[in-house]
Amino acid sequence: MSEKLIPNLLVEDNKFCPGCGHGIINRVVAEVLEEMDLADKAVGSLAVGCACLMMDTFGTDWIQAPHGRAAAVAVGVKRVRPECCVFTYQGDGDSLAIGFSETMYAALRNENITAIIVNNGIFGMTGGQMAPTTLPGQRTTTSPQGRNADTTGQPVNIINQIKEVPVGYLARGSVDTAKEINKLKKYIRTAIETQMSGGGYSLVEILSPCPTNWKMTLEASLDHIKTKVKETYPLGEYVKNGERVDA
Amino acid sequence: MSRRLMKGNDALAEAAVRAGCRFFGGYPITPQSEILEYLSARLPEVGGTFLQAESELAGINMVYGAAAAGFRAMTSSSGPGFSLLQEGISYIASAELPAVIVDVQRYGSGLGDIFQAQSDYHMATTGGGHGDYHMLVYAPASAQESVDLMCLAFNKAEEYRNPCLILTDASIAQMMEPVELPEMKEVNPDKPWAVRGKSGQDFKKITSTMYYIDDFDTYIKEKYDAMAEKEQRWEALHIADADVVLVAYGISSRICKEAVATAREQGIRLGLLRPITVWPFPVDGFKEVNPDVKAYLTVELSSLPKLDIDVKLACKMKSPVENFLGGAVIPESQQIIEKAVSVLEKVEATSCLKN
Ligand SMILES: Cc1ncc(C[n+]2csc(CCOP(=O)(O)OP(=O)(O)O)c2C)c(N)n1
Ligand code: SF4
Repeated sequence: MSEKLIPNLLVEDNKFCPGCGHGIINRVVAEVLEEMDLADKAVGSLAVGCACLMMDTFGTDWIQAPHGRAAAVAVGVKRVRPECCVFTYQGDGDSLAIGFSETMYAALRNENITAIIVNNGIFGMTGGQMAPTTLPGQRTTTSPQGRNADTTGQPVNIINQIKEVPVGYLARGSVDTAKEINKLKKYIRTAIETQMSGGGYSLVEILSPCPTNWKMTLEASLDHIKTKVKETYPLGEYVKNGERVDA
Repeated sequence: MSRRLMKGNDALAEAAVRAGCRFFGGYPITPQSEILEYLSARLPEVGGTFLQAESELAGINMVYGAAAAGFRAMTSSSGPGFSLLQEGISYIASAELPAVIVDVQRYGSGLGDIFQAQSDYHMATTGGGHGDYHMLVYAPASAQESVDLMCLAFNKAEEYRNPCLILTDASIAQMMEPVELPEMKEVNPDKPWAVRGKSGQDFKKITSTMYYIDDFDTYIKEKYDAMAEKEQRWEALHIADADVVLVAYGISSRICKEAVATAREQGIRLGLLRPITVWPFPVDGFKEVNPDVKAYLTVELSSLPKLDIDVKLACKMKSPVENFLGGAVIPESQQIIEKAVSVLEKVEATSCLKN
């Protein structure tokens, strides 16, 4: 009866807001690393944003990169320590606004790292400003009338940007239902398997709620992902073993 | 030891390899691109990694990652790229990691031009990036010194766990000179602090050390104070009896050396104080200067005075400080002598007035 349910990698309670998707994603990543016996070999690269709260609570080696640059830092580690399991854990603002170039070029060089990108459609930590992934019409503190895509650009779909490039693995998951969380775990596992077998760049984007800055209850947030967010960001695997699987 | 004829940039690159550097991430810019070109061939020969980054921002952050993993790592750039490196350098300093950065200075602000210059002095010596930090900044005056200071920079970077900068310029970097190269050094990357995966309670965090050190303000001040006290390096030439002491580093100092020798033959008492570290500025060297020195003359390749303020502080404003500014043009030694003589005449004229 004394079966341990919480992964050892989660060394402290997380510090995210109640209902935040980051907590679930942390747990899934921790389970995968432990099940794959990689906990002792893992090095994470994160920058700022809510992800950086993991530094004390998630017990892998970490490097805190400057805002946006986590992929470049991860590349520096992986190139000198290829035996390590090197991953980035970033928000959408971090990886797709300021860090778009670092994210894209890690993919273009097919670097053997795993990128975990949490798409909550907003800048969470700085208080809910517009992100590259914010949906048209979505209100944020810097798009108070709702995002106008004519003047601010279309939402960034990083998977569409990368799927034409030769990379190892690409998938988009979500944490809105238990079923999706189980699928997400498979995606993260495949991404890390891809890296550890030298299969090239792997990226898992994850749709995740930010009830605090969406100013919604958790229930309404999950509903919003199901009904609205998935339309713009369809779920599934896009590239596997270096081959397109979505077509 | 082996002796070779090498370009300054190549000498810097080979010295880095011999000092145990096994990772380079950087981006081309004149006049430092030979460093990339050289290392792209050389690092793989010794099992190291060369990566042409998509930008200086990525390059310095790759260095951050490799350094965090315990490896000796470096990048290099010039003016416009050096500006972009500042963000990453500040993070590396704040995480207290070793790394070596090279700035082969070029002329002007903005895009500027590719001529030799010494315009990045303030960005190099005041930290450059955001927040409270410094780098040990070494200013070689020859290809040989580039080699020697590169090796020293890697050792000091590890000793202090702090990024170190080689501040050079196009003329030293592009000139060919004979150099003695040191033996190849192998450095164990498995530092106790290096990230390489250890889960649970033993995990390591590479981030600003301020989060983990009690009374961080005192700690960090003591660290940089110790560097400022112990790491000053300079070369002095005839300063004990000089009427005018020239202060110059890098390429400018070589012309000044010739100026001192020629002036002395003519009975003009010039001296030279050459900072080898520009941070920390060698204030201790000024204690050996003739107490009756009439003036200091800084000589540098920039449009605006840069050394001026450090010299004024080092001599405690007891003597006038004048500037010879070459812009992008390396002066003739005779021009420096003439300027020194005019400075002397000016000082003597004003002291007559005071009498
Ligand atoms: C250079 C720089 N610019 C801006 C910031 C401020 N900043 C901190 S977090 C953040 C946005 C993070 O948003 P996201 O990556 O989407 O992560 P989330 O907090 O939503 O999980 C910004 C702009 C910074 N730390 N550094
Ligand atoms: S602000 Fe949003 S993303 Fe950040 S912890 Fe809170 S709910 Fe999560």
